Amino acid sequence: MDVQAWTFVLVGLSFALYIGVAIASRAGSTKEFYVAGGGVPPIANGMATAADWMSAASFISMAGAISFAGYDGSVYLMGWTGGYVLLALLLAPYLRKFGKFTIPDFVGDRYESSTARIVAVICAIFVSFTYVAGQMSGVGIVLSRFLEVDKTTGVMIGMGIVFFYAVLGGMKGITYTQVAQYCVLIFAYLVPAIFLSILMSDSPVPMLGFGGEGPDGVSLLSKLEGLHTELGFASYLDGSRSTMDMFAITAALMFGTAGLPHVIVRFYTVPKVRDARKSVGWALVFIAILYLTAPAIAVFARTNLLETVSEKPYTEMPDWFTKWESTGLLAWEDQNADGLIQYTGTAANELTVNPDIMVLANPEIAQLPDWVIGLVAAGALAAALSTAAGLLLVVSTSISHDLLKRSLMPKITEKGELRAARTAAGFAVLVAGWFGINPPGYVAETVALAFGLAASSFFPVLLLGIFSKRMNRAGAIAGMVSGIGFTAGYIIYWQFLHKADSNPENWLWGISPQGIGMVGMCVNLLVATLVSRLTPPPSAGVVAMINEIRVPRDSGPAHEIEA
Amino acid sequence: MSDSPPHDAKPRHSQTRLPAGGLSPEAQAAYWARNIRILVSLLLIWFTVSFGFGILLRNWLDQWQLPGTHFPLGFWFAQQGSIISFVVLVFVYAWRMNKLDEEFGVGEGKD
Repeated sequence: MDVQAWTFVLVGLSFALYIGVAIASRAGSTKEFYVAGGGVPPIANGMATAADWMSAASFISMAGAISFAGYDGSVYLMGWTGGYVLLALLLAPYLRKFGKFTIPDFVGDRYESSTARIVAVICAIFVSFTYVAGQMSGVGIVLSRFLEVDKTTGVMIGMGIVFFYAVLGGMKGITYTQVAQYCVLIFAYLVPAIFLSILMSDSPVPMLGFGGEGPDGVSLLSKLEGLHTELGFASYLDGSRSTMDMFAITAALMFGTAGLPHVIVRFYTVPKVRDARKSVGWALVFIAILYLTAPAIAVFARTNLLETVSEKPYTEMPDWFTKWESTGLLAWEDQNADGLIQYTGTAANELTVNPDIMVLANPEIAQLPDWVIGLVAAGALAAALSTAAGLLLVVSTSISHDLLKRSLMPKITEKGELRAARTAAGFAVLVAGWFGINPPGYVAETVALAFGLAASSFFPVLLLGIFSKRMNRAGAIAGMVSGIGFTAGYIIYWQFLHKADSNPENWLWGISPQGIGMVGMCVNLLVATLVSRLTPPPSAGVVAMINEIRVPRDSGPAHEIEA
Repeated sequence: MSDSPPHDAKPRHSQTRLPAGGLSPEAQAAYWARNIRILVSLLLIWFTVSFGFGILLRNWLDQWQLPGTHFPLGFWFAQQGSIISFVVLVFVYAWRMNKLDEEFGVGEGKD
């Protein structure tokens, strides 16, 4: 069997597994779950959260981004895991005790205001849209390679699959489907990494291997650093981002993680507050397995790529090279007409490689067996689809439940609510598809923008809602509006309106659009605190509610997430 | 309750449960102060291993290697060390808080 056949078989098998698990767990559990209020054990919930959370950005894009940026890529590693510490310590246990279903529900009740609820809904939709756009781009890349079409066609096919997948609905919400998705995803990520580690380093464990020595006794990191210097690329171990920008992006990703609507929802499904605390820990363990492997894949892939293509004749390039060329994500232009590929960090460079292809191309570059390549494609689709479907669920329930039913049209019929949800999901897929075809950056970058928006809108109102009894309605609304307004404005200004001038010299304090969420969050905190001090404190009822959520006892029954 | 969809759940205050887990206002304040102390100490570590070791101090740390490997220490904290510390922090938090809950009698029993 060739690569394409393996891909179809493995993608097909993995989908059959998800659907099978969905049917099996649904038939056996619906009643028992709700009646007993039993909820999901923390380990299973942790795995499901990990699958929900790790998207195309983590699976496809992150290791590639690190392999091109070296040390600079650490922002993704620290940012996307460090946020879980904030989530565990500052939000999850309290929101679990509160026991409502969505972030807008918390915001609406805590600040006694349907205006605050609507602002939160709009922020949630905005964040989710940006995030979905990153996923669509990722799905497009996988499909374009394995169906051998260009990326635009790949995104369009992906839009169809995602829409079908999201409208199938409940399937996504069932925790055990996501447990299965996690298993497929992590297996697909680790297998090629282990192969590479055995081939290239002195350890079969990839997390350790990339800090070890190659068969020639040379440290892998210093070998790669040497290649970078020789070819004129920026240093792998030092990177080129300013310390300020590193700090800002890491912070924006951390605080954004803690404020992501579709992740927070997961902690309502565990039985008790103590389980919510532990559940975050398990989620982070399962995420860390992939995140500790990513920098290893980055080093292996980068070294392999440089050694395979640099100064080699174009005519001797293997099959994968031409296949990726046909997707438009890899391009070679023989500037000095010598028939050799010059791949350097200088003006003489002839090869452009989109970082997003690295994880997918990596097993091919290293000449691993065909089934491994198919497996990676199946894992990548699992990652992108599970997250995209989860986000579409947030968009459609935000519009139909939070916006229409709870705020604007309380008398809407159940049928009307369902229709609104479907329409919203369809519309979301179209918009996300457009952004997937015209992404403002590569996948990890696009997704990072969504985190900036979440950091600048939700994190402060949730934090202050729990930790400050003085924070009130006016403060929360003013904070959210100013925070997300500032952040979105900065992103649109640099990513869309003045893209040509977007460089560290022109940015505010040298902070890139990916990191501006940190500043937006500070704006939000400042404005919210200031406005709340100038307006009356919240009612006695709200103060009683805050006292209530601060103590774990009697946390009430767990919820299962369902579409 | 069992038949209603989850997101329409009403606030759950029945007569049998006491407000704020039955703690007096003084005990509530003491519990909260202890909680804040645990939070602050763990968040200090969180900041130190990531923003501290991984970003601000990393050039200085890079003069050493992680023992037994070829990782420059600051680089390692940025790419792996911080993540491992985060996992430990979250479990330490869960353990400390569960102990605190037992002490104040507001825990929810064993699993």
